[in-house]
Amino acid sequence: MTALPARTEKSLGLVIDLDTCVGCQACVTSCKEWNSASGTHLPLADLDPYGASPRGSFLNRVHSFEVVPAAGPAVVVHFPRSCLHCADAPCVTVCPTGASWKRAEDGIVLVDEGACIGCGLCAWACPYGARELDGAAGVMKKCTLCVDRIGNPNLPAADRVPACVKACPTGARHFGDLADPASAVSRLVAEREGFALMPEQGTRPVNRYLPPRPRGPAGAAPLAPAAAAAPGGFLGWLDRALDRL
Amino acid sequence: MHPAVSIILFTVLSGAGFGLLALLGTGAAGWPTGWPALLAFALGYGLAGAGLVASTFHLGRPERSLRAFTQWRTSWLSREAVLAVACLVAFAPHAAASVFLDRPLPLLAAVAAALAVATVVSTAMIYAQMRTVPRWRHWTTPAVFLAAAAAGGTLLAGLRGPALALLALLALALLAHWRLGGGRLAATGTDLGTATGLGRLGRVRPLAPPHTGGNYVLREMVHVVGRRHARRLRALALVLAVAVPAALLAPGWGGAPLLGLAAAVHLAGMLAARWLFFAEAEHVAGLYYGRG
Repeated sequence: MTALPARTEKSLGLVIDLDTCVGCQACVTSCKEWNSASGTHLPLADLDPYGASPRGSFLNRVHSFEVVPAAGPAVVVHFPRSCLHCADAPCVTVCPTGASWKRAEDGIVLVDEGACIGCGLCAWACPYGARELDGAAGVMKKCTLCVDRIGNPNLPAADRVPACVKACPTGARHFGDLADPASAVSRLVAEREGFALMPEQGTRPVNRYLPPRPRGPAGAAPLAPAAAAAPGGFLGWLDRALDRL
Repeated sequence: MHPAVSIILFTVLSGAGFGLLALLGTGAAGWPTGWPALLAFALGYGLAGAGLVASTFHLGRPERSLRAFTQWRTSWLSREAVLAVACLVAFAPHAAASVFLDRPLPLLAAVAAALAVATVVSTAMIYAQMRTVPRWRHWTTPAVFLAAAAAGGTLLAGLRGPALALLALLALALLAHWRLGGGRLAATGTDLGTATGLGRLGRVRPLAPPHTGGNYVLREMVHVVGRRHARRLRALALVLAVAVPAALLAPGWGGAPLLGLAAAVHLAGMLAARWLFFAEAEHVAGLYYGRG
């Protein structure tokens, strides 16, 4: 049923630290690998992978943006973009078949691949571009928060997190219950003033992003003092000799 | 938004078909019986049905399309499917009685006509509900869809006077949609700053995209060709969908062939207008790629 649950017991989601993300794309590839090979879902397509126009489905994409503050140096921000598991998920209510749904127990937004007709309306309804229609399977693909990992008793406890969280080499991705104010992720959001994306769209996303920490004021260029000071010794002699040439 | 040919054909043909059926159901075109009734209902059913069939062509798994009838409580797309089929089923006894028994069933026909109008409204609401596409989320979207269905229906029914009035109404609706649509995205306040949440820190500019190849989001939500030719397409749509049919009708002479020509030119113009309706619409997800 595509009606949204009135409330969910938990709100599982990700907290992504834009200060520590280095844009290495490990989350992108580990996500693709797990969600293609785990066998729980239909594999993510790779069409024309070695041809002229390779394209495929990914559940996570990492953009790079430049932020120019009013004062201080410009900052490069690597920005992973995936499903935010919204409380008011518009992708769920527009679904004509009931394939798109939000789990009442933990708030994860999922697609029943056996019921999806591939009309694409849910992807239109998502402001975050988080859903991609699979070119091979003909059904909608989206982040599942690795439902087949997080509660999987066959995996060691340390591996029961989404593949992207497990793979991140800088610890920029955190997974937990954002409905519980005492959880590690909720405390992180409170401490670092985590924010939601496009709140004006009214989707009430669960995932939060942590802002890059403020950088110090821009000093002189790092090489400036070395270049300005007149070197002594052999280098000083060489410098003067070359000047005379 | 990507202008898929199947959806453009569906919305234009079905719109005109349901418009014609609504007219036949209200008795606005009299209560035809026998051969004229057969012709009129064949046209209405043909256009509405052809559009419905075309709409399944863009599905990834069309063999499961019956599932789309289940979620009418929340989904406008599901409501549209249910209403469209309910309308076609409800018209059948009236159509059969009119054609074969020379006995129209006005009461049932009125119910079916209401279903036809509701179908067109639900088609429009699929687009008008999209908060992600600010240009569509406006009263002008249902206005254009309803005016187009009414104008197309009256043209196909050969009602000269009402058709002229409704063509003028369609022109107004299209102009309002184009005029008011331009500032909709800006009015929402959504930009790359709110999309990334980084606007609080400074001016945000896309530096490197996440992928160099294409993907579904870019193909489906970010379409720029239509925007480049928007002015020419608007002129073309107005001339074909409104001006030429009106000029063909205005003198009041000429028989069915001229009326048919007017309807055909009108539908061609609506195809151009509908193509632009999609091609011109900006999806907020395009902001992540530096394109609204």
